[in-house]
Amino acid sequence: MSHRRSWWKTGIGLVLTAVMLFPVYWMINVSFTKTSDLRDSPPNLFPFAPTLDGYTAVLSQQLPYLGTSLLIGLGTVLVTLVISAPAGYALAKLRLRGAAPLTFILLVAQMIPGVVMAMGFYAIYLNSGLLNTVGGLILADSTIAVPFGVLLFTAFMSGIPNELIQAATVDGAGPWRTFRSIILPVSRNSAITVSLFAFLWAWSDFIFASTLSRSGQFLPITLGIYKYIGNNTSQWNAIMATAVVASIPAAILLIVAQRYVAAGVTAGAVKD
Amino acid sequence: MTTLPVRVGAARPDAGGAVGTPAPLPPKQRSRRTSFGTNQWVALAFVAPLIAYLVIFYAFPLYRNIELSLHDYTPRAFVQGNAAFVGIENYVAVFGSKTFPKALANTALFTIVSIAFQFGIGLILAVFFRNNFRLNGVLRGLFLVPWLLPLIVSASTWSSMMNSDNGVINSALAVIGVAPVNWLTSPDLVLASVIIANIWLGIPFNLVVLYSGLQNIPEDLYEAASLDGANAWQKFWRITFPLLRPVSLITILLGLIYTLKVVDIIWIMTAGGPGDSSTTLATWSYREAFGTGNPDFSPAAAVGNVLILIALIFGFIYLRIQNRTEK
Repeated sequence: MSHRRSWWKTGIGLVLTAVMLFPVYWMINVSFTKTSDLRDSPPNLFPFAPTLDGYTAVLSQQLPYLGTSLLIGLGTVLVTLVISAPAGYALAKLRLRGAAPLTFILLVAQMIPGVVMAMGFYAIYLNSGLLNTVGGLILADSTIAVPFGVLLFTAFMSGIPNELIQAATVDGAGPWRTFRSIILPVSRNSAITVSLFAFLWAWSDFIFASTLSRSGQFLPITLGIYKYIGNNTSQWNAIMATAVVASIPAAILLIVAQRYVAAGVTAGAVKD
Repeated sequence: MTTLPVRVGAARPDAGGAVGTPAPLPPKQRSRRTSFGTNQWVALAFVAPLIAYLVIFYAFPLYRNIELSLHDYTPRAFVQGNAAFVGIENYVAVFGSKTFPKALANTALFTIVSIAFQFGIGLILAVFFRNNFRLNGVLRGLFLVPWLLPLIVSASTWSSMMNSDNGVINSALAVIGVAPVNWLTSPDLVLASVIIANIWLGIPFNLVVLYSGLQNIPEDLYEAASLDGANAWQKFWRITFPLLRPVSLITILLGLIYTLKVVDIIWIMTAGGPGDSSTTLATWSYREAFGTGNPDFSPAAAVGNVLILIALIFGFIYLRIQNRTEK
């Protein structure tokens, strides 16, 4: 009896998920639809005569953009980890004076609208030559992730037993060695969660890309799609194919790291 | 999900920075006596990169932004660096502009309606997923997809679905005999359209946070209620709802703060148009600075600073509530 009831609930769950994911399905469906079938009315619910034209267009035009985004994502992860892991350690374990106000500043920093930051960065980059550079975009994108990273590392590292650190001190390890060979390995899961979000936010960023890197040689994929939409308003199959390709990192992360994603969301992570 | 309880539970001990464990080992005492001053330097060294980072990449852009709003920056003045100081003139112009009341009303509508539906739907789904059934974890994982997709992807997908001529939504409506709806071009509808897309985007976040909040409600409360003959409805209103209140408040306020700043989804779908019909404060600021061929940074910065003020008001309410719930 209870077994039957649980299958009934699975049924409802499947229907709800299908409704929720319909736009995602539709994106994939359109990406395989032939250009000549795009204006069919009613539209085809399934690409019965699939075409890879959309994907060929992506690979021929958008490949460099994907490469740029990958580079920006990895760079952002690096900057975020280098800044936030040591700071998290100081806040959690080193009895830093002024830890409370610093934590407060980090919380407030997350509330500042991206468009405001973009204007500030634009004004600074214009005069310092960082406009339209990969480095400039990495630094700007890292501001989305650094406060989150510090807060997450602090929360996790607070839970590391002090005895562990004391034992290292007894063995003669200095603060840096303790951090590197005790704290960092233990905090692996937090580091994965922080890296994952930093990468995803940088990969998905539109505001900084569209303001700080509008005309450079190295455009990220979000801007590639945006420009493509502007130039080919009716080529929905190619646009959606690009969208599918741009979603691949998110899909991979969801499959291999769902538990880290859920942990990050509940730790107060919020998408910009 | 195994990392979750560790992290949530780990956030509290040692929060004050004091050594809580009553196991004073001799080496610890020695190091504490001799190197108390050194410890602060070590701590500072670990936090120094962050402080430098915050000054250069937060304080400086914000300072530049205030400076922009108090001068009259034209693109040329930008390069030459000789913009005239105009005091609060940009703010006066912004408040007097006919776009201001429209953008303010749109921001309020966009935020409140989005949050109401995101939270309501998220809560219903969280309660539903609290049930034990096959595939529960997999389906919950799939619900995260909209949240993980780049916004440009979601926004362009919704644009294609809402297309007036051959979008799938209008085709579906045609089947039941409804005339085509101009989702993205009718001034009366366009705000509703971007709100629909934004609700869809926000459901996963609300679901995940509320679901983890539900996990913290002890199961025996429900069992006791069942023994007393409470039905599902009563259990929800007498147990789930009151016990979920702190988590709910925080979810809603976080949602408010982050919905206020939304630019991408609106900009990609409608660019704030037609006219100002879907312009919010954030998209207005973006449009003035970057959206036209003729950038007007000073009023844009003024709008941005007004937006910061509004976000900070809700931010402080959030921090106060969070402080109170932690005590």
